[in-house]
Amino acid sequence: MYKTLDLKSKAAEIRIDLLKMIHNSGMGHTGSSLSNTDILVTLYYSVMNIRSDEPEWEGRDRFILSKGHGVESYYCILADLGFIEKKELNTFCQYNTRLIGHPNNKVPGVEMNTGALGHGLSIATGIAKAAQMDDCSYRVFALMGDGELAEGSIWEAAMAAAHFKLDNLTGIIDRNKLQISGSTEEVMSLDPLSDKWKSFGWEVVEVNGHDYQELNTVLSKVPLKKGKPTLILASTVKGRGVSFIENQADWHHRVPTAEELDRALKELSSAGVDLDD
Amino acid sequence: MTKVACKQAICEELIERARRDKDIVVLTSDSRGSASMAEFARKLPRQFVEVGIAEQNLVGIASGLAAAGKKPFIASYAAFVSMRAIEQVKIDVAYSGVNVKIIGISGGVSYGPLGMSHHALQDIAFMRAIPGLSVYMPADQYESKNLIGELVNDHSPTYIRVGRNPVEDVYPSKGFNFQINKANTLQEGTDISIICCGEMVQTAIAAAAELDQQKISTRVINMHSIKPLDREAVLRAARETVSILTLEEHSIYGGLGSAVAGVLSQQHQLPLKIMGLPDKPVIAGKPAEIMAYYGLDKKGVVRAVKELLKKSGDRK
Repeated sequence: MYKTLDLKSKAAEIRIDLLKMIHNSGMGHTGSSLSNTDILVTLYYSVMNIRSDEPEWEGRDRFILSKGHGVESYYCILADLGFIEKKELNTFCQYNTRLIGHPNNKVPGVEMNTGALGHGLSIATGIAKAAQMDDCSYRVFALMGDGELAEGSIWEAAMAAAHFKLDNLTGIIDRNKLQISGSTEEVMSLDPLSDKWKSFGWEVVEVNGHDYQELNTVLSKVPLKKGKPTLILASTVKGRGVSFIENQADWHHRVPTAEELDRALKELSSAGVDLDD
Repeated sequence: MTKVACKQAICEELIERARRDKDIVVLTSDSRGSASMAEFARKLPRQFVEVGIAEQNLVGIASGLAAAGKKPFIASYAAFVSMRAIEQVKIDVAYSGVNVKIIGISGGVSYGPLGMSHHALQDIAFMRAIPGLSVYMPADQYESKNLIGELVNDHSPTYIRVGRNPVEDVYPSKGFNFQINKANTLQEGTDISIICCGEMVQTAIAAAAELDQQKISTRVINMHSIKPLDREAVLRAARETVSILTLEEHSIYGGLGSAVAGVLSQQHQLPLKIMGLPDKPVIAGKPAEIMAYYGLDKKGVVRAVKELLKKSGDRK
């Protein structure tokens, strides 16, 4: 179990890895991955029961990245934890790689292929339902983007998970309020988002999606209410951690140039612990 | 001779199998009655998941169940599950490579009077284009049961399409040597091969009897497996008969006929006719009325065979 400070420096490492990886490959969702890094780091280094030397261990907690485009932080974490070799990150999006630009379950540690938006919560609901049927104690976490909440299938799953009383399921929303075309509220308004999930029968809690302490506290004690799935509405900043990438919709899948990478790495390595500013 | 709907037979077989294998789960989308699965839900409620009218979620949940080690069988309307949820079939099921069996019920023009919204005439085209997905269309209750018996022990993603109506038996209840992925030649012949599947096997058998009376030697091949296709059976038919006619309750595009044409175009040149529903919204009516309207009944098939053989100018 990592301490909060450790999570902070680990997240800075992961951000550095993913920026290098995206720069090397010439492809990637920079803003999206930086946005979800702290949530993933908290899950993988503090909350989830997993075994990197036994990726298919039956008792493992399951994670589904519904916003599949935020895959870079995910692959970097799997490499750091030893699910794959770190040098494999060099193959990201390259010829015949298994590190495809969206989650690929041929990669150890990745449960299911995602990428088309609005799929992940249904998949997670199915896994949680299986655990319920078999009385298994593992938990299921699904990370959604906010833009993808416009997909109707998300709400089909939201309805079903509450109907099935899947308190082993936790949905997390990376609420950075930006999607590829601009503000989520301008493209297709989502607020009041918390009320929407509550009305669908979920136990909702709002957190700062970059505050390891808050994330850790909530994620470690789910379910918050017996018989109800948990929804963690995590306020985030798209591009978090690099000043000139933060809150810029066009950094959704922009690739840093050599000069930009250099500036970003300087910011991250000198101020790995100053991200809360 | 009994008349039993394939979906009914599938339900019976699944109950039988699921009693012995607790991992078998049936999922429906408010379709348990239509799918003849109400009995399964009653008898094995702990292995039954109702998802409501939400086909995308239905397929997504099934893929999650499979990822967690269950053996889910979806029983939902062919028209809706094949199109509303096609992206979930492509990604959650086939791309992830999980063991989900999708039974498309009331396929083809089973819901003839209800119009194009409820007709499923493009499902095979969609499903067979998805990498890693097998596609089957059994002809009667016994083939349905045998097919399910094989599929419960198989772990690959699969689409099975059946109709709504009771169908006459093609096979005997006992001693039927079912071989999955192998075409079954119901009768030998040397002039024409009719390659068919699903409920159209009945029509082919009837047409063959008529053709035989007219001294046209007709081979009837039941191709229950549209993907993988039994290429050998198609090539043998191409070598041993003058022409081939395919017959299916599906659009002329993308179904059994296209699959057969694909094999033939690579290996043989011989007259081929693809019989199916046209590339337009089909008329409303009872299934038999619709099929007759488009010449997909015994009379129409006999006529088509004779025209085909006349064109090939090579009848024995």
